[in-house]
Amino acid sequence: MLLPVRWLKDYVKTDLSGRELADGLTYSGSHVESIYTLNKGIENVVLGRIISIEKHPNADKLLVCQVDVGQESLQIVTGAKNLTEGDIVPVALVGAKLAGGMSIEKTDFRGVESSGMLCSLQELGYSDNVISKEYRDGIFIFNEENPLGSNVVEILGLNDEIIELEITPNRPDCLSIIGMAREASATFNIPLEEPDISIAKEEDHISDYLNGITIESENCSRYYAKVIKDVKIQESPLWMQLKLMEAGMRPINNIVDITNYVMLEYGEPLHAFDVSKLDGKEIIVRQAREGETLVTLDNVERNLVESDLVIADKNKPVGLAGVMGGLDSEITNETTAVLFEGANFNPKCIRMTSKRYGLRSEASNRNEKGIDPNLASKAVDRACQLVELIEAGVVVGSSIDVYKEKKEEKVVTVRPNRVNMLLGLDLSIESMLNYLNSLGIKSELRDDLIHATIPTYRLDLHIEADLIEEIGRLYGFHNIESKPLTGVLTRGQKPYSKVIEDKAKAILIGLGYNEVMTYSFISPRAYDKINLPQDSDLRNYIKLMNPLGEDYSVMRTTLLPTMMELLSRNYNRGIDRMYAFEIGNSFIPTEDSEDNLPDEKKVLSIGFYGEGDFYYLKESLDILLARLGIENLDYIREEDNPTFHPGRTAKILYKGEELGILGEVHMDACENYEIDTRVYSAQIDFEKIVKFCNFEREYKKLPKYPSVVRDLAVIVDEDVLFGNIKNIVLENGKELVEQVEIFDIYKGDQIPQGKKSIAFSIVYRSHEKTLTDDEVNQIQTSIIEDLQNKLDGVLRS
Amino acid sequence: MKEKLREIEELTLNRLEDVDDLVKLDELRVKVLGKKGELTAILRDMGKLSPEERPVVGQIANQVRRRIEEGIQTRKAYLRDEAKKARLEREKIDVTISTKNQILGHRHPLLATIDELEDLFVSMGFSVILGPEIETVENNFDALNSPENHPSRDLSDTFYITEDTLLRTHTSPVQIRAMRELGAPIRMISAGRTFRFDDVDDTHSPMFHQLEGLVVDENISMANLIHTLDIFIKELFGEDMKTRYRPHHFPFTEPSAEVDVSCFKCRGEGCPACNFTGWSMELLGCGMVHPQVLENCGIDSEKYTGFAFGMGIDRITMVKHNIDDIRLLFENDNRFLEQF
Repeated sequence: MLLPVRWLKDYVKTDLSGRELADGLTYSGSHVESIYTLNKGIENVVLGRIISIEKHPNADKLLVCQVDVGQESLQIVTGAKNLTEGDIVPVALVGAKLAGGMSIEKTDFRGVESSGMLCSLQELGYSDNVISKEYRDGIFIFNEENPLGSNVVEILGLNDEIIELEITPNRPDCLSIIGMAREASATFNIPLEEPDISIAKEEDHISDYLNGITIESENCSRYYAKVIKDVKIQESPLWMQLKLMEAGMRPINNIVDITNYVMLEYGEPLHAFDVSKLDGKEIIVRQAREGETLVTLDNVERNLVESDLVIADKNKPVGLAGVMGGLDSEITNETTAVLFEGANFNPKCIRMTSKRYGLRSEASNRNEKGIDPNLASKAVDRACQLVELIEAGVVVGSSIDVYKEKKEEKVVTVRPNRVNMLLGLDLSIESMLNYLNSLGIKSELRDDLIHATIPTYRLDLHIEADLIEEIGRLYGFHNIESKPLTGVLTRGQKPYSKVIEDKAKAILIGLGYNEVMTYSFISPRAYDKINLPQDSDLRNYIKLMNPLGEDYSVMRTTLLPTMMELLSRNYNRGIDRMYAFEIGNSFIPTEDSEDNLPDEKKVLSIGFYGEGDFYYLKESLDILLARLGIENLDYIREEDNPTFHPGRTAKILYKGEELGILGEVHMDACENYEIDTRVYSAQIDFEKIVKFCNFEREYKKLPKYPSVVRDLAVIVDEDVLFGNIKNIVLENGKELVEQVEIFDIYKGDQIPQGKKSIAFSIVYRSHEKTLTDDEVNQIQTSIIEDLQNKLDGVLRS
Repeated sequence: MKEKLREIEELTLNRLEDVDDLVKLDELRVKVLGKKGELTAILRDMGKLSPEERPVVGQIANQVRRRIEEGIQTRKAYLRDEAKKARLEREKIDVTISTKNQILGHRHPLLATIDELEDLFVSMGFSVILGPEIETVENNFDALNSPENHPSRDLSDTFYITEDTLLRTHTSPVQIRAMRELGAPIRMISAGRTFRFDDVDDTHSPMFHQLEGLVVDENISMANLIHTLDIFIKELFGEDMKTRYRPHHFPFTEPSAEVDVSCFKCRGEGCPACNFTGWSMELLGCGMVHPQVLENCGIDSEKYTGFAFGMGIDRITMVKHNIDDIRLLFENDNRFLEQF
């Protein structure tokens, strides 16, 4: 909301600067976003009167004007078409500066010298959206007298400050100059002077013009109307136009300007109808009927629905209540009698209608936030008084007021000690009362309680805490002296799962993986891109009702797609290697959870390309899990997962439970992500890690006796896994086997087709004695036998 | 014999001077002192001497042997020294060369910021509590006193799964869960992902992050709130940071405030970044928990009061590292990640 400082000062008399006002208001709760003036560097622009206009001898589209600027008369060439002799206009003298940095020099226009320039409002720095239609394409013409040669910057008040405020939704009463004046009055302790709205003269009776007003809908709680006759539609006076423009509104004509002026001043949107256009001379407030249409002021035909609240005459809707009037009953130059509407509508209803049609206006904005119904009559009366003041017409006697249930003031009680307790202050009751009263909240102490009478315009004050805030903000939160927390000493903790997560992250960082973070929602096409089978459980995903687009439309059930995406992004940016991990949620729909919420399962996702292979990834997992106390894992070949390479993929099991999967990502999936290199990834159920991790460590005695190392090479079928061989070694050697390590796999010369040679070393050691050759040989023999019997292995010599 | 011994001594000591490696030195030792060595050979003839001469010559022989041994030792030490010197000289390398064989991973700057904040609050006695990303409308809006018609509930502001469930728009529903589950007193924080219907641009992302804190106990005041947040802000951004508490409005707190801190660029002097105000705006929202919210969670709002605060972590991370585009946080470009 825009608050022109000089308008504010009409109601709170003060010499405070805009900056001082802004700072004070900010501290008392009205957040100032900026302070500015409309002056965009205008210099040397003065008031001039056009003495004569002649056609340019050599150019059809140009005019030559003689302009009186007080001390002298200037010859100025212009292309404007809206001028007549006698007009008073802004004249940029030679040497003048205009908005946008343009400077004026003596110029020759096809043989005619021009000593200055006549200015439009744009050239004086006004933005298009506040310039009236009349002056959009022409020179601005002043409609009031001022000495010729006076500084136009001063006449227009371009140096006056405007404060831009952010009004929170709980304070619709502050969406008005008087509302802000009330805040300023309380903040700076200056009395508020509301305008005198008494009307000097009224003629006729409203019933001469209007047959009646009926409210048929629950969505309207009050409708107050007065009529103006003998209306003379014209421009409103300069002072009114300037205030409107400073507050961000475009002047239209005197009647419409008055309604806007009062809306800005009081916060009550008014509407003006041309009475002659109302069939049956009546107003009916009702819900629209199916099939009804209305052409709104913006010349768009709207197909109304039943949830729209309309203002109708006897036969048809004439306005979308609280949102926009109808074109048909618009105020035109022919209008002679006007009805001013001050009404109160259900904010929810207004909001839905304004949203449905995409019509957001100053009026709908205020109506959808809520307005004090008692304001309706005050605002209409003020409009009538302004009509009288600017001689726009004659006010017709009496009014029609349909007000079903008058809103009354409520009393809220406040305990003074509660005020001090909640704020952490030691205020006197007297100062509490002063703060409340300064805001117009009549307050007094009775039976040790503050009885605060809430004005009906304060829609936000209901309970004690609300009033404590009022006291607190006027005292100033910034003035509250901070006090440390007291009470029982508590121990801060992180949840166990988070502690494990932190440990896992530290290990992965140590292993050289970078932590990444990706969106929780993905495109449903991602499931195809990773080659997920159609019948996979992971395709049972949660959809958003209103996604931002397909790319973010479903909740991920796996973290692989976002991992692939980021690897692809890096790969295609020419980054030659990337090692990444993410610990994040996957979202698994559940049938029968109490609150209809899905399972959010934490997943560890690892992915890399560049150097490294399956064994690198496996080693990383082995190290990570071992450090978390999860050792002796089983890796089982996984051949039928189309996301992964059938020969380079394994499931990881611990104590028979599946922890996850690791492998080389299938080349088809890589192609789908435009990655032309091998990608490795692991997807691990992090909740299982949390479940199994174990940090208890019992010291094992250091070996006292020497070890015996034996190497073996065995020829087996290509399909035999080293894991099988290792198991045979362990079965035979039991606790005497300290380590079994592969050091070579060989295929080719001297090895039969379909076979391979696996060479490995076994380290034997006893904790009780030095092992003899005989003892070791015995084990070796039984291992070799088993390799022959169980794996059809042949010892290579 | 005496002369022979003297001769051997002199000859050997002279030859030592010419020995330039340890192998030759050992050869010389064997040649002179070994079982078949020159000195040994002479001593073998000792038997031929008279009993009077024997001790005299024996003494001399021992002297000679000792001197030769000493000479060998000295030469040996010298040669070893020389060999070390030569090796050190030989092994000189270019110390300006860097290799890249060892790699340490990097924390994501935003997640690292969350950890830093969590650790800070844990040290102040707050417990970290986790909550789900998909929430009920009840926890996300209703229980937090959000008006039924509030625009933030619109489909144009909030991602819905169903009419009753949504992607949480703030971390505040975790407060509701915690209060309902744990009751009062409570000191907690919760950080995590939050979602709003915003198109991606350099300052917006449909997914972002918040950290939220809550204290409920007897006699908790606004003065306690200010004290707690001041500690936190100074710890995070430096002791010279000033704070400014401005009244504001949130449905779930009353009174409510926003906190501005000294401009991160100019530290309060006034610069274009802060619009010459000296303040970085709206870093945090906070306030005293609305009594209705306490009651909604089954906490006696007469006995207990509390404060809550919340902040956007994305913005704090961006300010901390001078990051100018929020998209960088979600793109995961390796060259970005490796800067932290």
